[in-house]
Amino acid sequence: MPEFHPVLLARIDKPDSTSLAGYQADGGYAALKKALAMSADDVQKMVKDSGLRGRGGAGFSAGAKWSFLPKNHLGPIYLAVNADESEPGTFNNRILMEEDPHQLLEGIAITCHAIRSHTAYIYLRYEYGRSYRVLDAAIRECYASGILGKNILGTGFNLDVYLHRGAGAYICGEETGLIESLEGKRAWPRIKPPYPAIEGLFRRPTIVNNVETLCCVTHIIQRGVEWFKSIGVPPDPNNKRDVGSYGPKLYCISGHVNKPCCVELPLGVTARELIDTHGGGVWKGRKAKAVVPGGISMGFLSASELDTPLDFEGPGRAGCLGLGTAAVVVIDDHTSMVDVLYNCCRFMAHESCGQCTPCREGTDWSTRILDRIRHGKGRLEDIDLLLEVANSMGIIPGTTICGLADGAAWPVKNALTKFRGEFEEYIRAGRRSVKPADELMAAH
Amino acid sequence: MPVLSEELRNRIRAEFPKYPDKRAVTLPALHIVHDALRMVSPAAIVEIAELLELHPSEVSDTMTFYGFFHDKTPLGKRRVWVCRSISCMLRGGEELLAGLCNRLGVKPGQTTADGSVTLEYAECLGACEGAPCMLVNDECHMNLTEDSAAELIRK
Repeated sequence: MPEFHPVLLARIDKPDSTSLAGYQADGGYAALKKALAMSADDVQKMVKDSGLRGRGGAGFSAGAKWSFLPKNHLGPIYLAVNADESEPGTFNNRILMEEDPHQLLEGIAITCHAIRSHTAYIYLRYEYGRSYRVLDAAIRECYASGILGKNILGTGFNLDVYLHRGAGAYICGEETGLIESLEGKRAWPRIKPPYPAIEGLFRRPTIVNNVETLCCVTHIIQRGVEWFKSIGVPPDPNNKRDVGSYGPKLYCISGHVNKPCCVELPLGVTARELIDTHGGGVWKGRKAKAVVPGGISMGFLSASELDTPLDFEGPGRAGCLGLGTAAVVVIDDHTSMVDVLYNCCRFMAHESCGQCTPCREGTDWSTRILDRIRHGKGRLEDIDLLLEVANSMGIIPGTTICGLADGAAWPVKNALTKFRGEFEEYIRAGRRSVKPADELMAAH
Repeated sequence: MPVLSEELRNRIRAEFPKYPDKRAVTLPALHIVHDALRMVSPAAIVEIAELLELHPSEVSDTMTFYGFFHDKTPLGKRRVWVCRSISCMLRGGEELLAGLCNRLGVKPGQTTADGSVTLEYAECLGACEGAPCMLVNDECHMNLTEDSAAELIRK
């Protein structure tokens, strides 16, 4: 494999990485010019041919998603940029927005041309204040320079880009929850079909794409399909459903490592290489007990599964839900999986939108059962009770509207199958591990 | 006497051209009011609803879904969110939260008696490379100790 050079993060350490002048000095907006000289269909075809899969978590083909838009639609068609990054452990979109906003804006403009949209909304989680200010300044610079607005770059193409701030709800990362929230309602995911490409934002055809996905679009247009497909993992010939995991990917590494960071690598790096080479190894000379492969909703890899390649297929082969956001969280061997799982369940209970009973009740009762165990009052049958609850919630058993419940169930399933002995031992010994913060938050 | 000043109303009206539908201005309007008044009172909800041509219950329905907006008591001058999710928890986030509660004499969700600080917990703030982390208003601070966090809150 040829030597890999980062492209998505190539500019982030430059002193003027956020300015339009700096971006253009590095060849910025050449891809947009190139795309605007092409037909929308040709741009769509390039992205489809590249094999680009969505970076937000589901890994669905970006080109295929775009192709679901109705043909010859009179418009308006909308692009909704999913910048509601909130999967625990994930911060790559934040870095892209804070450090190289024009790379994203160029990807947005190219994508809008490809899907025949003249309006894009960036749905940005409220907590990303710096991203908001950097993007707001970058958008203003673009309007002032004729890169956004009417007749952009003199091509006759019109495009408006608006920043829309969320209000602290994880469910807004689900694309139809995002749409409902943008429309000014509670972020309750919609029953599908119709999918947003047919009837989405303001009842119009809508494409929802993640920040990193859109940044990849810029480079696919600039460098070509062959470049993109020279990076990553081709399809497994024995798996007819595998369409390959091509391109560069941002991996987040956090938790018990010496050097938590975000690093850009070809898709398919192993968890072990991420931890040892890029994360500086497990902290305090300890060993990893468990590793979250792609945000907590993907579940856990055990210490014996660290050679799993983190492409779109690898984590699934190890029993995880998928690659998710490729956010790796390392848990050392001094940490209780009971505490880790409680933390995951409490997050999901807090963030369940409450619309579907199995998710609303399942996330809450899982948290309560684990809370009881952490108070030293667990019963051995609680383990199977937790598994029964987990197996009853989600799109996979067919009981919920969106995938939040699957993401809530997966860490429970993985923890209780891969680390069952530890849970049994904790309960048998009557251990207790609640902390002062738990009591303070419970009192609230 | 209206709760929303003409200046706030104009800032809300300035959002209208961005969307084909006034209801989409619900979150922007709530943010504008919440930032300025440190809460969104029932009276403010009625006035926002009038501007957006909605029933007050529609604004209320949206607002209460997001745990973000305070509707009963105003926030302190600074709103501090300490992350409690996994990457921060693994690196002392919960000890940080408990320590700050202790120093400020409040429980999560409460405001100090002098009205200077509201302390809350947050779910993942997306700054996991700098765990433990917190927001002061919407500025993120990373790699905190109890001392450094207390100092940042005081500033």
